[in-house]
Amino acid sequence: MAKVTIDGIEIEVPDGTTILNAARMIGGKTAPPAMCYYSKLKQTGGYCRTCLVKVAAGSTKDPRPMPKLVVSCSTPVQDGMVVQNMTSPEVLEARKGVVEFLLINHPLDCPICDQAGECKLQDLGYEHGLEKTRYEFGRRKFEMIDIGDKIKLTMTRCILCYRCVRVAEQLTDKRVHGVMNRGDVAEISTYIQNIVGNDFSGNVIDVCPVGALTDRTFRFKSRIWNVKPMDAHRDCKKCCGKAIVWYQGEEILKVSARKDQNDEVENFICNECRFDKKKTADWVIEKPTHIDDKSVIAQNHYEHLKELKMGHAHLVKKLPESNQPEQK
Amino acid sequence: MQALTTRSKIAVNKKMTFMERIYIPAILGGMAITLRHFFKKKVTIQYPEQQREFAPIYRGHHVLKRDENGAERCTACGLCAVACPAEAITMVAAERKKGEEALYREEKYAEIYEINMLRCIFCGLCEEACPKEAIFLTDEMVLTDYARAGFVHGKDKLVEPMDKDKRIDVSKRQTKEVAEFKKHPEYAHNQVYTKSLKA
Repeated sequence: MAKVTIDGIEIEVPDGTTILNAARMIGGKTAPPAMCYYSKLKQTGGYCRTCLVKVAAGSTKDPRPMPKLVVSCSTPVQDGMVVQNMTSPEVLEARKGVVEFLLINHPLDCPICDQAGECKLQDLGYEHGLEKTRYEFGRRKFEMIDIGDKIKLTMTRCILCYRCVRVAEQLTDKRVHGVMNRGDVAEISTYIQNIVGNDFSGNVIDVCPVGALTDRTFRFKSRIWNVKPMDAHRDCKKCCGKAIVWYQGEEILKVSARKDQNDEVENFICNECRFDKKKTADWVIEKPTHIDDKSVIAQNHYEHLKELKMGHAHLVKKLPESNQPEQK
Repeated sequence: MQALTTRSKIAVNKKMTFMERIYIPAILGGMAITLRHFFKKKVTIQYPEQQREFAPIYRGHHVLKRDENGAERCTACGLCAVACPAEAITMVAAERKKGEEALYREEKYAEIYEINMLRCIFCGLCEEACPKEAIFLTDEMVLTDYARAGFVHGKDKLVEPMDKDKRIDVSKRQTKEVAEFKKHPEYAHNQVYTKSLKA
Protein backbone atom coordinates (compact mmCIF):
# COMPACT_ATOMS: atom_id res chain seq x y z
CA MET A 1 0.00 0.00 0.00
CA ALA A 2 1.15 3.53 -0.75
CA LYS A 3 0.10 6.77 0.88
CA VAL A 4 -0.29 9.69 -1.51
CA THR A 5 -1.46 13.27 -1.05
CA ILE A 6 -3.40 14.74 -3.93
CA ASP A 7 -4.44 18.39 -3.64
CA GLY A 8 -3.93 18.15 0.11
CA ILE A 9 -6.14 15.08 0.49
CA GLU A 10 -4.39 11.96 1.76
CA ILE A 11 -5.41 8.53 0.47
CA GLU A 12 -3.99 5.05 0.74
CA VAL A 13 -4.00 3.05 -2.48
CA PRO A 14 -2.54 -0.32 -3.55
CA ASP A 15 0.94 -0.29 -5.07
CA GLY A 16 1.01 0.17 -8.81
CA THR A 17 -2.11 2.34 -8.93
CA THR A 18 -1.73 5.28 -11.26
CA ILE A 19 -2.05 8.85 -9.96
CA LEU A 20 -5.19 9.30 -12.05
CA ASN A 21 -6.92 6.29 -10.52
CA ALA A 22 -5.88 7.37 -7.01
CA ALA A 23 -7.34 10.82 -7.71
CA ARG A 24 -10.53 9.23 -9.05
CA MET A 25 -10.90 7.38 -5.75
CA ILE A 26 -11.05 10.78 -4.07
CA GLY A 27 -13.32 12.01 -6.83
CA GLY A 28 -14.72 15.44 -7.62
CA LYS A 29 -12.46 18.14 -8.99
CA THR A 30 -9.38 16.35 -7.69
CA ALA A 31 -9.60 13.82 -10.52
CA PRO A 32 -7.86 15.27 -13.57
CA PRO A 33 -9.81 15.13 -16.84
CA ALA A 34 -8.75 12.43 -19.29
CA MET A 35 -9.54 12.34 -22.97
CA CYS A 36 -7.71 9.18 -24.01
CA TYR A 37 -7.30 7.02 -20.88
CA TYR A 38 -10.07 4.46 -20.41
CA SER A 39 -9.92 2.23 -17.35
CA LYS A 40 -12.08 -0.43 -19.01
CA LEU A 41 -9.63 -0.89 -21.87
CA LYS A 42 -5.99 -1.96 -21.75
CA GLN A 43 -3.09 0.07 -23.09
CA THR A 44 -4.98 3.34 -23.21
CA GLY A 45 -3.67 6.69 -22.06
CA GLY A 46 -0.62 8.79 -22.70
CA TYR A 47 -1.77 10.43 -25.93
CA CYS A 48 -3.81 13.46 -25.05
CA ARG A 49 -1.86 14.99 -22.13
CA THR A 50 -4.97 16.50 -20.53
CA CYS A 51 -4.34 14.64 -17.27
CA LEU A 52 -0.99 16.37 -16.59
CA VAL A 53 -0.29 16.88 -12.88
CA LYS A 54 2.59 18.25 -10.83
CA VAL A 55 4.46 15.90 -8.53
CA ALA A 56 5.74 18.11 -5.73
CA ALA A 57 7.48 15.25 -3.91
CA GLY A 58 8.44 11.96 -5.55
CA SER A 59 8.34 9.63 -2.54
CA THR A 60 9.34 9.35 1.12
CA LYS A 61 12.74 7.96 0.16
CA ASP A 62 13.43 10.55 -2.48
CA PRO A 63 11.30 13.64 -1.79
CA ARG A 64 12.64 15.66 -4.71
CA PRO A 65 9.91 17.00 -7.02
CA MET A 66 9.68 15.61 -10.52
CA PRO A 67 11.33 18.03 -12.96
CA LYS A 68 8.37 18.24 -15.36
CA LEU A 69 4.64 17.76 -15.21
CA VAL A 70 3.74 14.08 -15.56
CA VAL A 71 0.82 12.30 -17.21
CA SER A 72 -1.20 11.00 -14.27
CA CYS A 73 -2.84 8.20 -16.28
CA SER A 74 0.40 6.25 -16.71
CA THR A 75 2.50 7.31 -13.72
CA PRO A 76 2.24 4.88 -10.80
CA VAL A 77 2.09 6.27 -7.28
CA GLN A 78 4.85 5.87 -4.75
CA ASP A 79 4.65 5.96 -0.97
CA GLY A 80 4.76 9.54 0.28
CA MET A 81 4.10 11.12 -3.11
CA VAL A 82 2.63 14.63 -3.07
CA VAL A 83 0.63 15.53 -6.16
CA GLN A 84 -0.91 18.85 -7.15
CA ASN A 85 -3.72 19.04 -9.65
CA MET A 86 -6.19 21.91 -9.27
CA THR A 87 -4.04 23.61 -6.63
CA SER A 88 -1.15 24.15 -9.01
CA PRO A 89 -1.42 27.14 -11.39
CA GLU A 90 1.30 25.53 -13.49
CA VAL A 91 -0.93 22.51 -14.16
CA LEU A 92 -3.93 24.65 -15.05
CA GLU A 93 -1.80 26.71 -17.43
CA ALA A 94 -0.42 23.55 -19.07
CA ARG A 95 -3.91 22.09 -19.40
CA LYS A 96 -5.09 25.25 -21.05
CA GLY A 97 -2.32 24.80 -23.59
CA VAL A 98 -3.28 21.16 -24.15
CA VAL A 99 -6.89 22.15 -24.81
CA GLU A 100 -5.69 24.71 -27.30
CA PHE A 101 -3.66 22.01 -29.05
CA LEU A 102 -6.61 19.61 -29.12
CA LEU A 103 -8.78 22.32 -30.63
CA ILE A 104 -6.29 23.35 -33.32
CA ASN A 105 -7.67 20.92 -35.86
CA HIS A 106 -11.11 20.43 -34.34
CA PRO A 107 -13.68 21.90 -36.71
CA LEU A 108 -15.93 23.33 -33.94
CA ASP A 109 -18.98 22.25 -35.86
CA CYS A 110 -20.90 21.62 -32.64
CA PRO A 111 -24.15 22.98 -34.16
CA ILE A 112 -24.25 20.04 -36.56
CA CYS A 113 -22.51 17.46 -34.36
CA ASP A 114 -24.66 14.79 -32.70
CA GLN A 115 -22.22 14.51 -29.80
CA ALA A 116 -22.78 18.13 -28.76
CA GLY A 117 -24.13 18.18 -25.22
CA GLU A 118 -22.42 14.98 -24.14
CA CYS A 119 -19.03 15.77 -25.63
CA LYS A 120 -16.01 15.61 -23.36
CA LEU A 121 -14.04 18.03 -25.49
CA GLN A 122 -16.85 20.56 -25.20
CA ASP A 123 -16.78 20.25 -21.40
CA LEU A 124 -13.00 20.47 -21.35
CA GLY A 125 -12.94 23.49 -23.63
CA TYR A 126 -15.57 25.18 -21.50
CA GLU A 127 -13.67 24.56 -18.28
CA HIS A 128 -10.10 25.15 -19.32
CA GLY A 129 -10.05 26.51 -22.82
CA LEU A 130 -9.71 29.87 -24.41
CA GLU A 131 -12.63 31.39 -26.24
CA LYS A 132 -10.51 32.14 -29.29
CA THR A 133 -7.87 30.44 -31.35
CA ARG A 134 -4.40 31.73 -32.18
CA TYR A 135 -4.08 29.33 -35.10
CA GLU A 136 -4.35 31.06 -38.43
CA PHE A 137 -4.04 28.16 -40.88
CA GLY A 138 -6.73 25.97 -42.33
CA ARG A 139 -7.87 22.94 -40.41
CA ARG A 140 -7.29 19.31 -41.41
CA LYS A 141 -9.54 18.01 -44.11
CA PHE A 142 -10.24 14.40 -45.03
CA GLU A 143 -12.03 12.50 -47.70
CA MET A 144 -15.27 11.18 -46.22
CA ILE A 145 -14.97 7.46 -45.52
CA ASP A 146 -18.09 5.34 -45.27
CA ILE A 147 -17.71 2.73 -42.53
CA GLY A 148 -21.16 1.23 -42.74
CA ASP A 149 -24.75 2.21 -42.16
CA LYS A 150 -24.59 1.95 -38.36
CA ILE A 151 -21.55 4.00 -37.42
CA LYS A 152 -20.65 7.39 -38.83
CA LEU A 153 -17.04 8.47 -38.93
CA THR A 154 -16.35 12.19 -39.11
CA MET A 155 -12.60 12.27 -39.22
CA THR A 156 -12.20 16.04 -38.89
CA ARG A 157 -13.52 15.91 -35.32
CA CYS A 158 -11.12 13.16 -34.20
CA ILE A 159 -8.55 13.98 -31.53
CA LEU A 160 -6.66 10.69 -32.04
CA CYS A 161 -7.21 9.27 -28.55
CA TYR A 162 -6.94 5.67 -29.87
CA ARG A 163 -9.81 4.48 -27.65
CA CYS A 164 -11.77 3.09 -30.58
CA VAL A 165 -8.70 1.27 -31.84
CA ARG A 166 -8.37 -0.43 -28.45
CA VAL A 167 -12.04 -1.41 -28.55
CA ALA A 168 -11.49 -2.96 -31.94
CA GLU A 169 -8.43 -4.79 -30.64
CA GLN A 170 -9.79 -5.99 -27.33
CA LEU A 171 -13.52 -6.43 -27.80
CA THR A 172 -13.83 -7.69 -31.33
CA ASP A 173 -12.04 -10.77 -32.59
CA LYS A 174 -10.94 -9.38 -35.91
CA ARG A 175 -9.54 -5.90 -35.98
CA VAL A 176 -10.81 -4.07 -39.02
CA HIS A 177 -9.96 -0.51 -38.21
CA GLY A 178 -7.02 1.41 -36.90
CA VAL A 179 -4.95 4.53 -37.27
CA MET A 180 -3.35 5.05 -40.66
CA ASN A 181 -0.47 7.39 -41.52
CA ARG A 182 1.49 9.46 -39.09
CA GLY A 183 1.65 12.87 -37.49
CA ASP A 184 -0.52 15.58 -38.93
CA VAL A 185 -2.18 13.32 -41.48
CA ALA A 186 -2.91 10.41 -39.10
CA GLU A 187 -6.50 9.25 -39.31
CA ILE A 188 -8.87 6.59 -38.06
CA SER A 189 -9.69 4.36 -40.97
CA THR A 190 -10.88 0.89 -41.83
CA TYR A 191 -8.45 -1.14 -43.85
CA ILE A 192 -9.44 -0.94 -47.53
CA GLN A 193 -12.71 0.54 -46.33
CA ASN A 194 -13.99 -2.65 -44.73
CA ILE A 195 -17.38 -2.55 -43.12
CA VAL A 196 -17.15 -2.77 -39.34
CA GLY A 197 -19.31 -5.84 -38.95
CA ASN A 198 -18.44 -7.27 -35.55
CA ASP A 199 -21.13 -7.64 -32.90
CA PHE A 200 -19.43 -5.27 -30.49
CA SER A 201 -18.14 -2.69 -32.93
CA GLY A 202 -20.86 -0.22 -31.89
CA ASN A 203 -19.04 0.43 -28.63
CA VAL A 204 -16.62 2.70 -30.42
CA ILE A 205 -19.46 5.24 -30.39
CA ASP A 206 -19.61 5.24 -26.60
CA VAL A 207 -15.88 5.36 -26.01
CA CYS A 208 -15.29 8.20 -28.45
CA PRO A 209 -14.87 11.36 -26.36
CA VAL A 210 -15.77 13.61 -29.29
CA GLY A 211 -18.17 13.36 -32.21
CA ALA A 212 -15.83 11.52 -34.54
CA LEU A 213 -17.72 8.24 -34.19
CA THR A 214 -21.46 8.70 -33.85
CA ASP A 215 -24.56 6.56 -34.12
CA ARG A 216 -25.79 6.71 -37.69
CA THR A 217 -29.27 5.52 -36.72
CA PHE A 218 -29.56 8.62 -34.52
CA ARG A 219 -27.91 10.95 -37.00
CA PHE A 220 -29.62 14.36 -37.01
CA LYS A 221 -32.79 12.84 -35.49
CA SER A 222 -32.78 15.14 -32.48
CA ARG A 223 -30.47 17.02 -30.18
CA ILE A 224 -29.30 15.17 -27.10
CA TRP A 225 -30.93 17.65 -24.70
CA ASN A 226 -34.32 16.98 -26.28
CA VAL A 227 -34.28 13.24 -25.64
CA LYS A 228 -34.99 11.63 -22.28
CA PRO A 229 -32.62 8.90 -21.11
CA MET A 230 -34.03 5.87 -19.26
CA ASP A 231 -32.20 2.92 -17.77
CA ALA A 232 -33.50 -0.25 -19.39
CA HIS A 233 -32.55 -3.87 -19.80
CA ARG A 234 -33.45 -6.84 -21.96
CA ASP A 235 -32.51 -10.48 -22.27
CA CYS A 236 -29.64 -10.63 -24.68
CA LYS A 237 -27.63 -13.72 -25.49
CA LYS A 238 -24.61 -11.78 -26.63
CA CYS A 239 -24.23 -9.09 -23.97
CA CYS A 240 -25.49 -8.09 -20.53
CA GLY A 241 -28.43 -6.26 -22.08
CA LYS A 242 -28.16 -3.31 -19.69
CA ALA A 243 -28.42 -0.04 -21.55
CA ILE A 244 -29.81 3.47 -21.68
CA VAL A 245 -32.65 4.13 -24.09
CA TRP A 246 -33.14 7.71 -25.23
CA TYR A 247 -36.77 8.65 -25.72
CA GLN A 248 -38.35 11.42 -27.69
CA GLY A 249 -42.04 11.20 -26.96
CA GLU A 250 -42.81 7.51 -27.23
CA GLU A 251 -40.10 6.75 -29.70
CA ILE A 252 -36.66 5.35 -28.84
CA LEU A 253 -34.19 7.29 -30.92
CA LYS A 254 -30.95 5.96 -29.53
CA VAL A 255 -29.60 3.17 -27.35
CA SER A 256 -26.29 3.54 -25.57
CA ALA A 257 -24.33 1.73 -22.88
CA ARG A 258 -24.53 2.82 -19.25
CA LYS A 259 -21.72 4.97 -17.97
CA ASP A 260 -20.16 5.25 -14.53
CA GLN A 261 -19.14 8.41 -12.64
CA ASN A 262 -15.96 8.70 -14.72
CA ASP A 263 -18.08 8.68 -17.86
CA GLU A 264 -16.77 5.29 -18.84
CA VAL A 265 -18.93 2.46 -20.11
CA GLU A 266 -19.95 0.04 -17.35
CA ASN A 267 -20.81 -2.90 -19.58
CA PHE A 268 -20.25 -3.00 -23.29
CA ILE A 269 -23.39 -3.80 -25.27
CA CYS A 270 -23.82 -5.61 -28.56
CA ASN A 271 -24.84 -4.11 -31.86
CA GLU A 272 -28.22 -5.85 -31.84
CA CYS A 273 -29.22 -4.04 -28.63
CA ARG A 274 -27.76 -0.80 -29.84
CA PHE A 275 -29.03 -0.53 -33.37
CA ASP A 276 -31.93 -2.92 -33.86
CA LYS A 277 -33.98 -2.80 -30.66
CA LYS A 278 -35.76 0.50 -30.89
CA LYS A 279 -39.19 -0.38 -29.62
CA THR A 280 -40.41 0.02 -26.06
CA ALA A 281 -41.64 -3.59 -26.23
CA ASP A 282 -38.03 -4.77 -26.59
CA TRP A 283 -36.98 -3.27 -23.28
CA VAL A 284 -37.84 -3.39 -19.60
CA ILE A 285 -37.67 0.22 -18.43
CA GLU A 286 -36.22 0.67 -14.95
CA LYS A 287 -35.92 4.36 -14.11
CA PRO A 288 -34.73 7.67 -15.51
CA THR A 289 -30.97 7.67 -15.95
CA HIS A 290 -29.01 9.69 -13.45
CA ILE A 291 -27.55 12.76 -15.09
CA ASP A 292 -25.13 15.00 -13.29
CA ASP A 293 -26.59 18.39 -12.37
CA LYS A 294 -23.69 20.17 -14.02
CA SER A 295 -24.38 18.58 -17.38
CA VAL A 296 -26.11 20.71 -19.99
CA ILE A 297 -28.53 17.87 -20.65
CA ALA A 298 -29.74 17.89 -17.02
CA GLN A 299 -32.25 20.58 -17.98
CA ASN A 300 -35.85 19.38 -17.69
CA HIS A 301 -34.61 16.00 -16.54
CA TYR A 302 -36.40 14.76 -13.44
CA GLU A 303 -35.28 11.67 -11.58
CA HIS A 304 -36.70 12.00 -8.10
CA LEU A 305 -40.41 12.61 -8.48
CA LYS A 306 -41.09 10.26 -5.59
CA GLU A 307 -38.74 12.16 -3.32
CA LEU A 308 -40.28 15.43 -4.41
CA LYS A 309 -43.68 14.21 -3.36
CA MET A 310 -42.32 12.97 -0.06
CA GLY A 311 -40.70 16.33 0.51
CA HIS A 312 -44.02 17.98 -0.09
CA ALA A 313 -45.79 15.73 2.40
CA HIS A 314 -43.19 16.66 4.95
CA LEU A 315 -44.01 20.33 4.43
CA VAL A 316 -47.72 19.76 4.80
CA LYS A 317 -47.17 18.24 8.23
CA LYS A 318 -45.36 21.36 9.36
CA LEU A 319 -48.38 23.61 8.82
CA PRO A 320 -50.58 24.42 11.83
CA GLU A 321 -53.46 22.04 12.32
CA SER A 322 -56.13 24.57 11.36
CA ASN A 323 -54.52 24.89 7.90
CA GLN A 324 -54.28 21.16 7.25
CA PRO A 325 -56.21 19.97 4.23
CA GLU A 326 -59.04 17.66 5.10
CA GLN A 327 -58.00 14.04 5.02
CA LYS A 328 -60.29 11.34 3.84
CA MET B 1 -61.29 42.38 12.61
CA GLN B 2 -58.12 43.38 10.84
CA ALA B 3 -58.62 45.68 7.84
CA LEU B 4 -58.10 43.97 4.51
CA THR B 5 -56.68 47.08 2.87
CA THR B 6 -55.25 50.40 3.94
CA ARG B 7 -57.02 52.26 1.14
CA SER B 8 -60.60 51.80 2.24
CA LYS B 9 -62.65 55.00 2.75
CA ILE B 10 -65.64 55.43 4.96
CA ALA B 11 -68.60 56.60 2.87
CA VAL B 12 -70.52 59.53 4.32
CA ASN B 13 -74.17 59.85 3.45
CA LYS B 14 -74.11 63.65 3.64
CA LYS B 15 -76.96 65.69 2.20
CA MET B 16 -76.07 67.53 -1.07
CA THR B 17 -76.26 71.32 -1.28
CA PHE B 18 -78.55 73.08 -3.81
CA MET B 19 -75.68 73.73 -6.25
CA GLU B 20 -74.66 70.11 -6.18
CA ARG B 21 -78.25 68.99 -6.60
CA ILE B 22 -78.87 70.84 -9.88
CA TYR B 23 -75.73 69.14 -11.43
CA ILE B 24 -75.20 71.96 -13.97
CA PRO B 25 -71.82 73.19 -12.61
CA ALA B 26 -70.49 69.63 -12.66
CA ILE B 27 -71.71 69.07 -16.24
CA LEU B 28 -70.17 72.36 -17.39
CA GLY B 29 -66.92 71.43 -15.70
CA GLY B 30 -66.85 68.15 -17.55
CA MET B 31 -67.62 69.78 -20.89
CA ALA B 32 -64.81 72.29 -20.33
CA ILE B 33 -62.35 69.45 -19.95
CA THR B 34 -63.62 67.87 -23.18
CA LEU B 35 -63.43 71.20 -25.01
CA ARG B 36 -59.86 71.77 -23.92
CA HIS B 37 -58.84 68.53 -25.62
CA PHE B 38 -60.04 69.82 -29.03
CA PHE B 39 -57.12 72.23 -29.11
CA LYS B 40 -54.47 69.83 -27.88
CA LYS B 41 -52.04 67.93 -30.14
CA LYS B 42 -53.61 64.69 -31.38
CA VAL B 43 -52.03 61.48 -30.08
CA THR B 44 -53.58 59.25 -32.72
CA ILE B 45 -52.43 58.95 -36.32
CA GLN B 46 -54.33 58.01 -39.48
CA TYR B 47 -52.77 54.56 -39.64
CA PRO B 48 -52.71 53.23 -43.20
CA GLU B 49 -51.83 56.64 -44.69
CA GLN B 50 -49.60 57.73 -41.87
CA GLN B 51 -47.11 55.38 -40.25
CA ARG B 52 -44.97 55.75 -37.20
CA GLU B 53 -41.24 55.49 -37.47
CA PHE B 54 -39.81 52.09 -36.55
CA ALA B 55 -36.85 51.71 -34.25
CA PRO B 56 -33.81 50.53 -36.25
CA ILE B 57 -33.74 47.28 -34.30
CA TYR B 58 -37.48 46.76 -34.05
CA ARG B 59 -38.25 43.13 -33.24
CA GLY B 60 -40.85 41.95 -35.71
CA HIS B 61 -41.25 39.01 -38.06
CA HIS B 62 -38.35 36.56 -38.19
CA VAL B 63 -36.19 35.86 -41.21
CA LEU B 64 -33.95 32.88 -41.91
CA LYS B 65 -30.96 34.29 -43.73
CA ARG B 66 -29.10 32.87 -46.69
CA ASP B 67 -25.37 33.34 -47.08
CA GLU B 68 -23.71 35.31 -49.88
CA ASN B 69 -24.01 32.32 -52.23
CA GLY B 70 -27.69 31.82 -51.53
CA ALA B 71 -27.37 28.77 -49.30
CA GLU B 72 -29.43 28.58 -46.11
CA ARG B 73 -27.38 29.38 -43.05
CA CYS B 74 -29.52 27.44 -40.57
CA THR B 75 -28.08 24.08 -39.54
CA ALA B 76 -30.96 23.06 -37.24
CA CYS B 77 -28.75 23.01 -34.16
CA GLY B 78 -31.77 23.64 -31.97
CA LEU B 79 -30.23 26.38 -29.84
CA CYS B 80 -32.94 28.90 -30.74
CA ALA B 81 -35.59 26.40 -29.68
CA VAL B 82 -33.81 25.89 -26.36
CA ALA B 83 -33.36 29.62 -25.83
CA CYS B 84 -36.98 30.41 -26.69
CA PRO B 85 -38.84 31.23 -23.45
CA ALA B 86 -42.22 30.82 -25.14
CA GLU B 87 -41.31 27.49 -26.76
CA ALA B 88 -42.50 28.78 -30.09
CA ILE B 89 -39.83 27.20 -32.27
CA THR B 90 -39.81 23.60 -33.52
CA MET B 91 -37.62 22.02 -36.13
CA VAL B 92 -36.78 18.76 -37.83
CA ALA B 93 -33.26 18.30 -39.13
CA ALA B 94 -32.19 16.46 -42.25
CA GLU B 95 -28.96 15.54 -43.94
CA ARG B 96 -27.87 17.37 -47.07
CA LYS B 97 -27.67 15.16 -50.11
CA LYS B 98 -25.18 15.36 -52.91
CA GLY B 99 -25.99 18.17 -55.30
CA GLU B 100 -27.70 20.31 -52.68
CA GLU B 101 -24.55 22.17 -51.70
CA ALA B 102 -25.86 25.37 -53.23
CA LEU B 103 -29.07 25.17 -51.20
CA TYR B 104 -27.72 24.44 -47.73
CA ARG B 105 -24.51 25.75 -46.25
CA GLU B 106 -23.60 22.73 -44.14
CA GLU B 107 -24.27 19.01 -44.18
CA LYS B 108 -27.18 19.34 -41.80
CA TYR B 109 -30.13 21.62 -42.43
CA ALA B 110 -33.63 22.27 -41.16
CA GLU B 111 -36.14 20.29 -43.18
CA ILE B 112 -39.01 21.76 -41.19
CA TYR B 113 -38.61 24.97 -39.25
CA GLU B 114 -41.70 26.43 -37.66
CA ILE B 115 -42.31 29.43 -35.45
CA ASN B 116 -45.71 29.77 -33.84
CA MET B 117 -46.31 33.50 -34.03
CA LEU B 118 -49.08 33.28 -31.45
CA ARG B 119 -46.65 31.92 -28.90
CA CYS B 120 -43.72 34.13 -29.90
CA ILE B 121 -43.13 37.10 -27.60
CA PHE B 122 -40.59 38.75 -29.95
CA CYS B 123 -37.90 38.87 -27.30
CA GLY B 124 -35.06 38.22 -29.75
CA LEU B 125 -33.39 35.48 -27.70
CA CYS B 126 -33.37 33.16 -30.74
CA GLU B 127 -31.39 35.74 -32.63
CA GLU B 128 -28.97 36.01 -29.74
CA ALA B 129 -28.57 32.23 -29.38
CA CYS B 130 -27.95 31.52 -33.07
CA PRO B 131 -24.33 30.44 -33.62
CA LYS B 132 -24.67 30.58 -37.39
CA GLU B 133 -26.21 34.03 -37.77
CA ALA B 134 -29.17 32.44 -39.47
CA ILE B 135 -32.18 33.82 -37.65
CA PHE B 136 -32.88 37.51 -37.28
CA LEU B 137 -35.89 39.55 -36.28
CA THR B 138 -36.85 42.22 -38.80
CA ASP B 139 -38.87 45.43 -38.84
CA GLU B 140 -41.71 43.69 -40.67
CA MET B 141 -45.00 43.13 -38.89
CA VAL B 142 -46.55 39.70 -38.53
CA LEU B 143 -49.71 39.74 -40.63
CA THR B 144 -53.05 38.76 -39.19
CA ASP B 145 -55.01 35.74 -40.21
CA TYR B 146 -58.50 34.28 -39.84
CA ALA B 147 -57.37 30.90 -38.50
CA ARG B 148 -54.82 29.85 -35.91
CA ALA B 149 -53.05 27.53 -38.35
CA GLY B 150 -52.00 30.55 -40.40
CA PHE B 151 -49.85 31.81 -37.56
CA VAL B 152 -47.55 28.82 -37.60
CA HIS B 153 -44.98 30.12 -40.01
CA GLY B 154 -42.93 27.50 -41.83
CA LYS B 155 -39.89 27.85 -43.98
CA ASP B 156 -41.95 29.21 -46.86
CA LYS B 157 -42.60 32.39 -44.88
CA LEU B 158 -39.37 32.56 -42.91
CA VAL B 159 -36.55 31.92 -45.37
CA GLU B 160 -35.58 35.03 -47.30
CA PRO B 161 -35.88 35.00 -51.10
CA MET B 162 -33.02 33.62 -53.20
CA ASP B 163 -33.05 36.74 -55.39
CA LYS B 164 -30.18 38.97 -54.24
CA ASP B 165 -32.21 42.17 -54.66
CA LYS B 166 -35.02 40.86 -52.49
CA ARG B 167 -32.81 39.81 -49.58
CA ILE B 168 -33.71 41.27 -46.22
CA ASP B 169 -31.16 43.67 -44.86
CA VAL B 170 -30.31 43.04 -41.22
CA SER B 171 -27.03 44.97 -41.16
CA LYS B 172 -28.61 47.66 -39.00
CA ARG B 173 -29.17 45.09 -36.26
CA GLN B 174 -25.47 44.48 -35.95
CA THR B 175 -23.60 47.24 -34.20
CA LYS B 176 -20.30 48.55 -35.53
CA GLU B 177 -18.47 46.76 -32.75
CA VAL B 178 -20.01 43.40 -33.66
CA ALA B 179 -19.26 43.81 -37.35
CA GLU B 180 -15.65 44.69 -36.54
CA PHE B 181 -15.37 41.77 -34.13
CA LYS B 182 -16.38 39.30 -36.80
CA LYS B 183 -13.69 40.41 -39.22
CA HIS B 184 -10.98 39.28 -36.84
CA PRO B 185 -9.32 36.01 -37.96
CA GLU B 186 -9.29 34.74 -34.38
CA TYR B 187 -13.06 34.54 -34.38
CA ALA B 188 -13.29 32.99 -37.80
CA HIS B 189 -14.25 29.55 -36.47
CA ASN B 190 -17.82 30.19 -37.51
CA GLN B 191 -16.82 30.17 -41.14
CA VAL B 192 -17.04 27.08 -43.28
CA TYR B 193 -13.66 25.84 -44.40
CA THR B 194 -13.74 25.03 -48.07
CA LYS B 195 -10.06 25.29 -48.80
CA SER B 196 -8.02 22.19 -48.09
CA LEU B 197 -4.74 22.41 -46.24
CA LYS B 198 -2.56 22.01 -49.31
CA ALA B 199 -4.44 24.31 -51.62
